[in-house]
Amino acid sequence: MSTVETSGRDLPEPLPTSGGPERPDQPLLELHRIDKNFGPVQALVDVELAVPSGQVTALVGDNGAGKTVLIKCVAGIWEPDGGQIYWEGRPVHIRSPREAAALGIETVYQDLALCDNLDIVQNMFLGRERLHRRLLDEDQMERAAAETLARLSVTSIRSIRQPVASLSGGQRQAVAVARAVMWNSKLVIMDEPTAALGVAQTAMVLDLTRQLADQGIAVIMISHNLINVFKVADRLAVLYLGRMVAAGPASEFDRQIVVDVMTTGTSSRSVGESMPTTTDGVD
Amino acid sequence: MARADEPVPSVERLTDAAARKAELAVAPEIVANTFGEYFRAWVVRVRGGESGVLPVVVGLIAIALIFQAQNSKFLSAGNLTNLLVQGAVFMLLGMGEVFALLLGEIDLSIGFVSGIGGVVTAELVVEPRGWPWWAAILTALAATAAIGALHGTLITRLRLPSFVVTLAGLLGWQGVMLLMLGSGGTFPIPNDIINDLANGNLTPWAGWLIMAVVITAFAALTMTRDTRRRRSGVVVAPLSLTVLKICGVAAAGVALVVICNTNRGALVPIRGVPWVVPIVLGVLGAWTLLLGRTRFGRYMYAIGGNPEAARRAGINLTRIRTAAFALASMTAGIGGIIYASRLRSVSTSLDGGTLVLYSVAAAVIGGTSLFGGRGKALHAVLGGLIIAAIYNGMGLLGMSAASQNMITALVLLAAVTVDALARRGRAASGRV
Repeated sequence: MSTVETSGRDLPEPLPTSGGPERPDQPLLELHRIDKNFGPVQALVDVELAVPSGQVTALVGDNGAGKTVLIKCVAGIWEPDGGQIYWEGRPVHIRSPREAAALGIETVYQDLALCDNLDIVQNMFLGRERLHRRLLDEDQMERAAAETLARLSVTSIRSIRQPVASLSGGQRQAVAVARAVMWNSKLVIMDEPTAALGVAQTAMVLDLTRQLADQGIAVIMISHNLINVFKVADRLAVLYLGRMVAAGPASEFDRQIVVDVMTTGTSSRSVGESMPTTTDGVD
Repeated sequence: MARADEPVPSVERLTDAAARKAELAVAPEIVANTFGEYFRAWVVRVRGGESGVLPVVVGLIAIALIFQAQNSKFLSAGNLTNLLVQGAVFMLLGMGEVFALLLGEIDLSIGFVSGIGGVVTAELVVEPRGWPWWAAILTALAATAAIGALHGTLITRLRLPSFVVTLAGLLGWQGVMLLMLGSGGTFPIPNDIINDLANGNLTPWAGWLIMAVVITAFAALTMTRDTRRRRSGVVVAPLSLTVLKICGVAAAGVALVVICNTNRGALVPIRGVPWVVPIVLGVLGAWTLLLGRTRFGRYMYAIGGNPEAARRAGINLTRIRTAAFALASMTAGIGGIIYASRLRSVSTSLDGGTLVLYSVAAAVIGGTSLFGGRGKALHAVLGGLIIAAIYNGMGLLGMSAASQNMITALVLLAAVTVDALARRGRAASGRV
């Protein structure tokens, strides 16, 4: 009856996570017994996580639980000290953000990393500009950017040639997300995408997140806002003091359970009466 | 993470009118399809603090009218041509400074670095070395670029503030310049071509030919680009505006050549476009292309706008910054050669401290932001023209150096105030 399975031990190699029927094949990204230390501080201990394509996986946890450390290990900013990352079933080492990008992993940071003085097209192509006879090919970039925004149903932007400074918070988030999915990315990591947004803009960003998953992209979303998490996430993964204490389809959790797990590492509740939670978090 | 400049949720409760106004506040060419719409959008934009080069041009006209009212010689062909030559040094040094300002940095050394450029050129063409003029100039530019690269390396590798590094440069390169000149004081340049850079004129028909080539090239480039953009379906300014822009440039070019080709000699006829005009236009065109149409330029703006975002986008900040300081110093070197050419000599009395202040003033008066990420090479040219006009006009009126300095200071303050007010206007309309 407990949702909670402390970090999995003695697991078989191609790590089967809670196999929902909605998941036809192996997960896109699998983390197996990931460790990360900062001096004497153990930031991550034997973390297991499976991230399937076409689903939104919400990564929740209290402050200092290790969420950011975990995504930075996936994004290539830090290398794990132990454990193995599997990408499409193959073991990989991600040593830099460039290597992550080469695999198809893009990260949307909390501060969005946009240049206010550049316009939307310029921001979306920053660092990867297309050239034509050694000069910037503005037309091609503009069309590609417009296509990406249209594909994501971002319609609230009047012109993609306006500077990012003139956009609202939600629109900025949309630009940052569009930049991330522009490169045929397979996994988009979003760090607190709604933290600075108002109600309507939050709804817009959650819609966008859903859109990405519906297009077959795997999404990892860090969020403190459990209401938003339950609105959009297909799967939940809860970190507590550097350990993955629960993971599974969102239907196996409710807010009270998540709060329990986030704060104490365990929960004795079950979802409603009809759905006793299983122990399929990680095994 | 809440940002102070981020529009808070009230933005979501936009009224229709406010939404329309916000739409109009973006660049006019992206919302307007007809000339009328474009004009209205432009008016809204100017009110919102995105005035472009408009205040500079208005200021220039006002200055011209004031001086013309006081002394009818101000707008004479001879004086206007003279003014172009006087302003060339400010324009070139200002274009150098734009590279530093765009990054949000400053280069205080370019006054004396320009002096080094002049002295190296002079020392190389003089006997016993007697280098050809072009070899001397290329060596001087290489030397100044190397000086800038050294500054850039200290700033990026050792993470020293550019203010301090280039302040040391201001003192140090003055010392080097004095050392190279020895105790001679003034040092005449025995090379006609180098002296002609600032003092020589094109023949009248060569002036027309060059102007025709420049205008035709500008028109052809603008039209083909617009046509291509229209064909590929991306937003583009209305055709009437493109035509108007080309006509404007053509009119300015024709006026320039007409003025310069008017006889301005008192005893012997002197006519023709000064050589510095195509030199300044060439540097302006090259730096405009570099900043506007290449990756390097894009990265300059990105680093000036948000260095952290640029770093995460995989841009090599160290390399771009170092190159920017090298380009700043090299452009200053061009300015220094023109300066030496105008005096037909180099001397220990070159005041690099004043020159650097004018170069910063030229860039800022023209519209380049002191805070990084906003600016163009064109700004330095317009700002340099304003500074030259003030000096020239006050000289004509026989005003003292003291009042000239004070008035230039007021103009600089006014320009910075316009910049600050424009920033506030942008903040009010949701733009930073």
